[in-house]
Amino acid sequence: MTAQETARETAGGTAGDGSAGAPRRGVAARVVGRIGGGAVQAVLVLVALFWLVPTLGLLVASLRSNADNNSSGWWTVFTKPSQLTFSSYSALLDKPDFVDSFWNTVLITVPATVLVVLIASLAAYAFAWLEFPGRDWLFLVVVALLVVPVQVALVPVAKLYGRIEFGGFQMFGSITGVVLFHVAFGLPFAIFLLRNFFAAIPRDLLEAARMDGGSEWTIFRRVIFPLGGPAIASLGIFQFLWVWNDLLVSLVFADTDAQPMTKWLQSQMRQFTGNIDILAPGAFLSLIVPLAVFFAFQRYFVQGVLAGSVK
Amino acid sequence: MMAPREDTPPATAGAATGGAAATGPDAGPEVGPDASTGRRDGLRPPSWLAGSFLLPALVLLGFLVVYPIVYTVVRSLLDSSGGFTVDNYSGIFEGHSNLLAVRNTAIWVVVAPTLVTIVGLLFAVLTERIRWATAFKLVVFMPMAISFLASGVIFRLVYEQDPDKGVANAAVVAVHDAFSAKTAYPGAGPRAGAAQPLRAEGGAVVTSRPVTAGSTALLPLLRVKPEYLPAEPVPARAAAPPGPGRITGTVWFDFTRGGGGRPNAVDPSEAGLPGVRVQAVRDGKVVASATTRDDGTFTLTKVPAGPLTLRLPADNFTAAYGGAEWLGDTLITPAIIGAYLWVWSGFAMVLIAAGLAAIPRDALEAARVDGATEWQVFRRVTIPLLAPVLVVVLVTLVINVLKVFDLVFVIGGGDPNAGVLALQMWTESFGGGNDQGAGSAIAVLLFLLVLPAMLFNIRRLRRERK
Repeated sequence: MTAQETARETAGGTAGDGSAGAPRRGVAARVVGRIGGGAVQAVLVLVALFWLVPTLGLLVASLRSNADNNSSGWWTVFTKPSQLTFSSYSALLDKPDFVDSFWNTVLITVPATVLVVLIASLAAYAFAWLEFPGRDWLFLVVVALLVVPVQVALVPVAKLYGRIEFGGFQMFGSITGVVLFHVAFGLPFAIFLLRNFFAAIPRDLLEAARMDGGSEWTIFRRVIFPLGGPAIASLGIFQFLWVWNDLLVSLVFADTDAQPMTKWLQSQMRQFTGNIDILAPGAFLSLIVPLAVFFAFQRYFVQGVLAGSVK
Repeated sequence: MMAPREDTPPATAGAATGGAAATGPDAGPEVGPDASTGRRDGLRPPSWLAGSFLLPALVLLGFLVVYPIVYTVVRSLLDSSGGFTVDNYSGIFEGHSNLLAVRNTAIWVVVAPTLVTIVGLLFAVLTERIRWATAFKLVVFMPMAISFLASGVIFRLVYEQDPDKGVANAAVVAVHDAFSAKTAYPGAGPRAGAAQPLRAEGGAVVTSRPVTAGSTALLPLLRVKPEYLPAEPVPARAAAPPGPGRITGTVWFDFTRGGGGRPNAVDPSEAGLPGVRVQAVRDGKVVASATTRDDGTFTLTKVPAGPLTLRLPADNFTAAYGGAEWLGDTLITPAIIGAYLWVWSGFAMVLIAAGLAAIPRDALEAARVDGATEWQVFRRVTIPLLAPVLVVVLVTLVINVLKVFDLVFVIGGGDPNAGVLALQMWTESFGGGNDQGAGSAIAVLLFLLVLPAMLFNIRRLRRERK
């Protein structure tokens, strides 16, 4: 218990009666508070364990052989650590399908993130600092699109992509198609988040730049983009995680050559118990990148959560 | 909730643009405000410039979001040959798997957001005075970064039925066995046929003839599976003669390996059955009870006079408790909601914690000075001040829950008892159904269900602008 808390509690205890017996009540309140605090700590430790155990289970299961996984629980490694082996990982990394799907995930996620950041910041700048007829009305449309479920677009976009075909390139099934879909559905949140942030940039700063003769494009590049750093970071992380973690969009639009890790893993799911040696290390490899991103940039991530409701 | 916006530019865009078209299109984006157009106009960039900033976003949103919405609405009203129909909509409420999906979606929407918000509120309040709050929040928030697919694999492992493999059932069985008597010998029972000392009655085994205090009883059992026998069986022994007011006896496995044993008599190589519960019963009431020792003998004490029946209650013979069927017909949706709770509690916690931090300390202190208890402060001051945040959290979660697909797809593994509308939409249009009219109707229904949230967002935005 920190000093302030103790102080606060003592204050609370004495403020209650204000009579001569106050100090003794204060001590009593402190004792009760300390025991209560201990109980709260114990509960929270339990809850934290509750939150960690499932992921730990996946990690340990990925480090055991299939035979072990099918005969005993992962927690038996604590008594028999000899079960631990990297064989599932090395077998998985020898599968060209899996390695391809990993690179596909990267090839989908990175462009989808970069494009959303670029396109949305341009649009957000226009919404925040340029004047044009129907601006507010158009922004309301963007806000309205925030909550549109992707399910609404699956059938028509599949039809649309099916018609786009030139020189041996087919939009349906391609990485490009998946990327564009993610960009489009990432835009409403991205524009919403960035516009709010850009709008908070002091007006004087912009007008000074305009008076100095900077073109809007220069102002955008030199003033807005750098000042928007934190918001752009939040947005980038969100979009990165959404796209990296997506299953539904790639299930519909990506063929086997373009499939990301999530879709490949899903295709191995039919034989769940038989394929634990593929699914457990695969799932763990697929979550290690988002987890690293999360821990590295958690400040921006939390800011993003706070900056607006998630789509 | 949103980024600070004290310097929001004037919202009267329409009125201001009239005079802003002074700079001709030929000026080009690289030409800044120059002397000829005057300082005032120079500060108002032309509106076509805004168009070029917006163009990429509008093209993508138009082709991949807005046009598809219109298309889906139209498609949902057409049958496979292109004629008008409402069958796609009535079809959502027909058929076993569709009805299950509708029911489950209703359960999800009512239960999941409420549960997640309550848990988030609880965590946010409890961590307020904890020194390691940041670490705790990080742990609970972490699953937000993980894909639903990975979470699904994680929880498939957690919910594994076999208590030796799934951690959920391992815990449930451990708790169950700690609080209730362990099953001794599932499947065991008396020798069949008339004139045997024991007979089956319901799940229990009772003596055929009355027993009185001061006597010794032999209770032979058969069909004991080898895996339930003690690792080193102790030979059964005839019980010592009892004192007054007592009954002694032996419960044993009346089977001699290799044959040759006498039925209903204790033979030297036959094993005693330890841990069997024995009750003396009169008129349906238990008057004495005991548990057998390693050699199968037991002693009932303080037995009243008169004829009694000895009973080996049913819990000696029922199958061992195997935990809950998490992924069975009835528990599968609650189980998946449990996994969802694991993923999303951190979100609710972080938003609510930020809301708590924003509550002015003065309001709380004032209430405390007025003599309010901590609970009253929480109930009457904190919760009302927190209400806007709680509403935002709930609305966001409802939207998200309506779209939940991956988690159900992965944990449910296609079980219709787990189905929800968002999954059913995919199944109908792509996952084998190939009925895009039906899929479109479900998509439109989902869209209609999020419309109130859309209006809520728009109203919130308008209010904040004022």
